[in-house]
Amino acid sequence: MAYTKRFDGRKFDEPREMEAKVGVIKNADGSAMFRFGDTIAVAAVYGPKLFHPQHMQNPQKGVLRCNYDMLSFSVNERKKPGTSRRSQEISKVTEWALSSVVNLDSYKNTVVDVHIMILQANASTRCAGINAAALALAHAGISMKELVSSVSIGKIDDKLVVDVIKEEEDYEDGEGATDIAMAFMSKSGDIALLQLDGKIRPAELKEAIKLGEKTSKDIYELQKKALKKIGEES
Amino acid sequence: MDLPEITRKRISQFLAEGKRLDGRKPLDYRKIEIETGISKNAEGSARVKLGDTEVLVGVKIDVATPYTDHEGEGTLITTTELLPMSSPRFEPGPPGIESVETARIIDRGIRESGFIDFEKLCIKKGEKVYSIMLDIYSINYDGNLIDAGNIAAIAALKTAKLPKYNEETGKVEYGVLTNKPVPLTDKLPINITFHKIGEKILVDPSAEEEESSEARVSFALTRGEKKGEMLINAAQKGEGKIFTQEEMFKILDIVEEKYIEIEEKLKDVKN
Repeated sequence: MAYTKRFDGRKFDEPREMEAKVGVIKNADGSAMFRFGDTIAVAAVYGPKLFHPQHMQNPQKGVLRCNYDMLSFSVNERKKPGTSRRSQEISKVTEWALSSVVNLDSYKNTVVDVHIMILQANASTRCAGINAAALALAHAGISMKELVSSVSIGKIDDKLVVDVIKEEEDYEDGEGATDIAMAFMSKSGDIALLQLDGKIRPAELKEAIKLGEKTSKDIYELQKKALKKIGEES
Repeated sequence: MDLPEITRKRISQFLAEGKRLDGRKPLDYRKIEIETGISKNAEGSARVKLGDTEVLVGVKIDVATPYTDHEGEGTLITTTELLPMSSPRFEPGPPGIESVETARIIDRGIRESGFIDFEKLCIKKGEKVYSIMLDIYSINYDGNLIDAGNIAAIAALKTAKLPKYNEETGKVEYGVLTNKPVPLTDKLPINITFHKIGEKILVDPSAEEEESSEARVSFALTRGEKKGEMLINAAQKGEGKIFTQEEMFKILDIVEEKYIEIEEKLKDVKN
């Protein structure tokens, strides 16, 4: 059966309800929460702080270090606590995506730690994590060129959809499911993250990237709003 | 290992003129040599040389319990070992992110393509299936381990045979091969990795070029059902700089040509 209607009734180009909040972890130098529907990520930034052990320090520029993980009960089948090959890889691609906007040259010999935790998961967790982390970095006052906004685009059967949920990831009919995580620099639209698995034609991927960039603009607006709120409160 | 600034500069100056230090054009691969059956004790094996990069891949096959969400399918586990003997860059110890990422990129391309017929690897649904362990080792590192490892993985799988399975003991009798090949389809999962240095896009970097790379993106493709059609099964962007959309679209325009080039090299690899 063709995929003509989304499982949760959304339009094909409609993301889930999104929420962004800055300042959710008191101890951190910067923190934020980002939510796509039932997928909730929090991020906390500590730093810039002197990098130990000392031999890890880079006298030319600062080091950005990301750590992505999920709560054991964030998913249906309990996730074993601690790092996995999956979480190691996601941590690294997140780090790369954020590196493109952080002015690390300003932070010689230091490390900026970004901790991302998924509290509740219904797909698109790395995207929610990146959105929260970008906010947390800005909240921590880290020098940044612009923000990063991330979204997942799916190809479910032959339809491109915005903000994929678990049921869509598992779709097997027709052309099956392709899940594409992407992140864009908020203003230039340059690509800071691209990861996919599934089956998609090169021309369709181009369309998916354009759709992703369009959605990333809406996410950017939400991120900006969340940051301004902090300014108003303090 | 830090690349001297002067080499880095040279590489990007050359590339700005469309040239490379070893005389290649930006979108040229180095010479590819594929040799199969290099290990007597592996169920399938290959050595691939991509210029001075050399990798060894072995396929070992065991029986195992299937995953609960795929009870009727065999399993695949891919690992990469970046041996310290292959470069001063690599240190002994547990696998770092570089080897984890390499293995996961290669694994996703193979898994999503449908190259391995996992259902045919089922012995008894929910109880016993064949488990394929694909181990990729770097022997000499001169860049582009992702693509070299991927080519070697295909060659090793194409020439692998199932070991003898003893139904009474429920175990594999190692050392005794059947004449049954690993059930494969014609959907070759070929991975092409692109790098960006300055404004230029190149493939198959040497170690020095890889060190200078500002951004990288890998695409794993297969042929689709329709003639001439290709499908991307996996993609991964790496490193801390961006690709503009224009650059990404240009890469998507040339990736299919590169697939055909590598596909040609793998044609003669037969079981």
